[in-house]
Amino acid sequence: MALTREQTAQRVAQELRDGYYVNLGIGIPTLVANFVPKGIDVMLQSENGLLGMGEYPLEAQVDADMINAGKETVTARTGAAIFNSAESFAMIRGGHVDLTVLGAFEVDQNGNIASWMIPGKLVKGMGGAMDLVAGAKNIICTMTHASKHGDSKLLTQCSLPLTGVACINKVITDLALLEIKDGAFHLLERAPGVSVEEIKAKTQGKLICPEQVPEMQF
Amino acid sequence: MAGFNKVVNSYGEAMAGLEDNMTVIAGGFGLCGIPEGLIKEIKNKGTTGLTVVSNNCGVDGFGLGILLEDKQIHKMVASYVGENALFEQQLLSGELEVELTPQGTLAEKMRAGGAGIPAFYTATGVGTVVAEGKDIKQFAGRDYVLEPSIVGDFAIVKAWKADRYGNCIYRHTAMNFNPMAATAGKITVVEAEEIVEPGELEPSQIHTPGIYVQRVIQGQFEKRIEKRTVRGA
Repeated sequence: MALTREQTAQRVAQELRDGYYVNLGIGIPTLVANFVPKGIDVMLQSENGLLGMGEYPLEAQVDADMINAGKETVTARTGAAIFNSAESFAMIRGGHVDLTVLGAFEVDQNGNIASWMIPGKLVKGMGGAMDLVAGAKNIICTMTHASKHGDSKLLTQCSLPLTGVACINKVITDLALLEIKDGAFHLLERAPGVSVEEIKAKTQGKLICPEQVPEMQF
Repeated sequence: MAGFNKVVNSYGEAMAGLEDNMTVIAGGFGLCGIPEGLIKEIKNKGTTGLTVVSNNCGVDGFGLGILLEDKQIHKMVASYVGENALFEQQLLSGELEVELTPQGTLAEKMRAGGAGIPAFYTATGVGTVVAEGKDIKQFAGRDYVLEPSIVGDFAIVKAWKADRYGNCIYRHTAMNFNPMAATAGKITVVEAEEIVEPGELEPSQIHTPGIYVQRVIQGQFEKRIEKRTVRGA
């Protein structure tokens, strides 16, 4: 069975390590915050200028001056810091953020990512995504493996305008966990009950599968 | 009054000298930390042909979005413009030009502009449409794109507290682009929630030193919330 969005986020959360500074993008990445494994502490960076993003506020705590990069009202956790946008992107561009998790429309076997623009549809902008993929040393891309119509999102070459070049090294989808290296997707884990054949059928890019592909553990 | 008194008493004085076809840099992220009254003054003034540099363009009927109603913006430089139907309409009809700029690059363009640095190299956008036609240079084996900085004829900034010397502090994430915007205006106008006596702001806690600021005005803010998200008790 393909993973739900929550299960995908839960598998991504297993990649968190104690003491990590982490930037989570919009969509499935945002859900990762709900599944931080017990006993580890991570600091969430929100690129509008908040390191140490906390929970959503209680109704009485709502403050128009306290938002995250998705423009949602949030709180700051104990130990948080707030700073300006140049400082925020100095952290990102300077490689100080340990892990970035973001969604995408397409990823290819050379680690290129397309996540911000579909020609013919209205272009809303890249926000901070280009800075994040250029600056982070460790990026996980998370998305569904194929579109609603069954078209693979793991490609030989991205067809949409790129967000960044040769920057993605790990992809976690609703079907599999894959590493990108040496111009290929390497299948490392599959979702429980999902066959290697299904993953092969839904991966258009070059896919390398070992003899045994373990199932994800939850 | 001493020469360091920058407080003006009307929005007319605050935006005096703004003319058609000028460049205005505006602080704010979404609707958070935006100089609401200064934006309204630009609308009332009817200035047109403006190039506006800001992370976003407000929403329909609020923030920078109100400058679209009378087509006052000729060109928008922003990282994300998704929340505005009028923006979409004017973009598709060709009445509005947009230069989409990565958010960190936009912040750095303002910072560098204010710091007298005409351009800088960054890895952001290399290999994408953002880098097309721009100079690429390799440092330590990696490609970087040369991005020109931005200086505005005006910068409009929203502060929490300002004194009459123009020293400012910001509140929570309403800081965002405001400190960089403040440095990058030939004329920087600060709209503050509160104007305090000089000496009330602790010198080491000041975010924007008054040297960057030409005018200060006491504002009234609605502080509209774009996405109100709460958790249960």
